[in-house]
Formats: sequence, structure tokens, C-alpha cells
Amino acid sequence: MSILEYNGGAVVAMKGKNCVAIASDKRFGIQAQTLSVNFEKVFEISPHLYVGLPGLATDTQTVYQRLKFRQNLYELKEGRSMSPKAFCAMLANMLYEKRFGPYFVEPVVAALDKNNEPFIVAMDLLGCMTTPDDFVVNGTCSRQLYGMCEVLWEPNLEPDDLFETISQALVNACDRDAVSGWGAVVYIIEKDKVTIKHVKTRMD
Amino acid sequence: MILANTESNSSLKSHNTRFNPYDDNGGSIVAIGGDDFVVIASDTRLSTGFSIYSRNQSKLFKLSKKSILGSSGCWCDTLTLTRLLNARMQMYLHEHNKEMNTPALAQMLSTMLYYKRFFPYYVSNILAGIESDGSGWIYSYDPIGNVEKCKFRAGGSSGVLLQPLLDNQIMLSNLQNIDEQPLSLEKAIKIIQDVFTSAAERDIYTGDEIRIMSITADCFKEEKIQMRKD
Repeated sequence: MSILEYNGGAVVAMKGKNCVAIASDKRFGIQAQTLSVNFEKVFEISPHLYVGLPGLATDTQTVYQRLKFRQNLYELKEGRSMSPKAFCAMLANMLYEKRFGPYFVEPVVAALDKNNEPFIVAMDLLGCMTTPDDFVVNGTCSRQLYGMCEVLWEPNLEPDDLFETISQALVNACDRDAVSGWGAVVYIIEKDKVTIKHVKTRMD
Repeated sequence: MILANTESNSSLKSHNTRFNPYDDNGGSIVAIGGDDFVVIASDTRLSTGFSIYSRNQSKLFKLSKKSILGSSGCWCDTLTLTRLLNARMQMYLHEHNKEMNTPALAQMLSTMLYYKRFFPYYVSNILAGIESDGSGWIYSYDPIGNVEKCKFRAGGSSGVLLQPLLDNQIMLSNLQNIDEQPLSLEKAIKIIQDVFTSAAERDIYTGDEIRIMSITADCFKEEKIQMRKD
């Protein structure tokens, strides 16, 4: 079993019309044994920029802390907040620095850029970026998520429809993965508000 | 994985490159049973690794008037298994003077798979059939004969992608305030078309064409739908 599947967990992000959504499950476990049901894998970097870090839980936390540290330095030095593009470049660089002893996380980034255009990125554990114009998925049930998203997603979804789409995709995918699920959290990022919703799921 | 094991690495000696009797030829099966029908579909791509053997090979086998088998995985095992199945059904016909019914066929398939418990047929089978009361049911199998009777199932290389979607669209799991209506054959075929299009998008072992077979009380129907071929 891959070390990426040791703790379980999944993250998905989707583009909508003038909005973007990112969602994760809340399980933390060691292989088949669930230890916690409030381990969120999505973090706020700035008001319009969120990152999800599914994978090995210890690396989820370490990578988040190192990201926060580098971001603070950037903001002190530059006196402005980081653009999503710069943030992704930094994250990718941070991961590739550990090319031969990597952090076992597969990041997903969701943001609105300075023109309030939706922006999504997925990476592998070495920092190889991909920027599609529909949705990105990562984590232990990524295959199930691809199947769900490929059918449910459509262009120009309004925030409410985007919430329904991303929630259904995540929850139904997690129901077919033994090491993901146990609750979910969804972030809907719009120009002047971010809505955080906690979704109840089946707990088995 | 198979590549890594069989490809001879210069540093490895010959004892590491043993003959591997199994291959994964890909392909996906989806089956849905309703109150008065059953429908089963497969793609027509036959492949190994990054190469395609055929774009025109259905994985559906009409076993009797009331049952169809979908079988994907190691194609040579599929061929052997279906040949034996047909022979056993022929013997049953001659002995009992009637065609085998669906539950009997389902049980026989399970027994035949388990008979090869320690050198299994490397196939994922889905049997779709009409039962004596006219309702449609699906029997899905693992390679060594574990069987589950259910109303819908996705199997093969895209089974993992498609099953959560069927849960959502047919069982209406995680949906609230929706009045459940009995599933019609037309709706079932529409769902099958949607899920295969989605699978062809993300799974390189699924594509080319969908073959759909459906059975109702009075008719058997077969149709083709084109999919992406890259």
C-alpha cells in the first residue's frame, strides 16, 4: 500500500461562474482504523486563496506550516498579498526541492485571481502542476471523483449549483472509498464572500 | 506493475522473469435491472498496456433467452469461461429438457469460478437476467466466485469510476426530497450512455463503442452507440 494512502482522504476543486469551490472529507485514520472525524485538509491562505493537501497527514500539516511561513515572509518583504500563480509556483518549488525524499501530499489549489477569475490547480507530490478549466481531484478516491465530476460538472455554474455539484461529487465518491469520508467541508469562494458548509455524510 | 515484473532488467537474473499467465485486456461493463427489464452494456475496446488489440470486440455474451453475461479482464480467460459455460448449459438442456433459469445460471457461474480457486479466471463477471416473476436482476462476481445479487453494477477497468455515479443516479443515495419513481428502460439506457461517456474521458482502457443489450418480457434488443476513439 502506498504511503499516500496511509491516512486516507480526498480533495476536489471546481470552477463556476465568477466563483470557485474546494471541498475535502474530514477523516483521519491509520489504514483501516479511523482516529478522528474532524481532520480538515483544506486551509485558507488568503481570503480568496485556499489550498487542499490530501495525502500523508503529517506532511499535510508540515507542508501547510512551511507554506504559511514562506507566505508570511513574502508579505513582510513585499508588503502585498500573494497572487494564486505566485503561490502555486512557490508550492511547486517547495515540493520539488524534496525531489528524492518527497512530502507525500498531492495539493489542490482553488482561488479567485486579481480579476476575480476562477483559478484551480492540482499537483502531484513532486510539484508537477496541471491547470484544467473544469475541475481537479486528488486523494485516495480520485478515480471515483473523476467518474462523478465528469458527469455532474458543467460550465458556468452559479454558486448554489456549484455547491450542490461539488458536494454530490465528493460525498458519493467517498461512499465508495473505505478510507475517505466521515463528514465533508465545502468552501464556496465568491468575489465578496466565502461560504463554508459542513456536509453530513454516512459514517460507515 | 505487470511491466515492471516481466520486463527483464539487466541487473536481474532470469529467475525474476517468470512466465506470467495473466494479462489485463481492460474493458468495462455496466448493468441495470428494473421491475420488468434488464439492460447490460459493455465497451468494445480490447487492449493491453498502451496498445489496442481491437476497437470492435463486445464483451457481452447472450447465454439464454433470459440472461446475458458481461465479462472483462483477461480476454483468454473470458473466452475459456464462456465456452465452458455454454457447454454446461447445453448439458443441462439435454438432461432436463429446458433452458437454465437465471438464478441457477448465477449459482453455476459462482461454482465454476470457485472451482479454480487457486488458479483463478482473471475476469470480472456481471450477469444480467430476468427472473421467473419477470423482474430484472444483476449478479456481480469477483474472480473467485463471490457473488452479490443487486439492481445495478459497474465492473471492469472503469467500475471504480462508474459505481458511485450509479449509486447517486439510481439508488438516489445522498439525495433528499426526491420522489422515487420506478426506473424505465429508456432512463436506464440514458444513464448507461452518460456513464460510459464519462469513463471514456478518463480511462484509456474504455472507449470506441458501447454495445447495449436489453431484455423485457416480450423482446430482446441490441444497439450500438459511438464513443471517443482516442
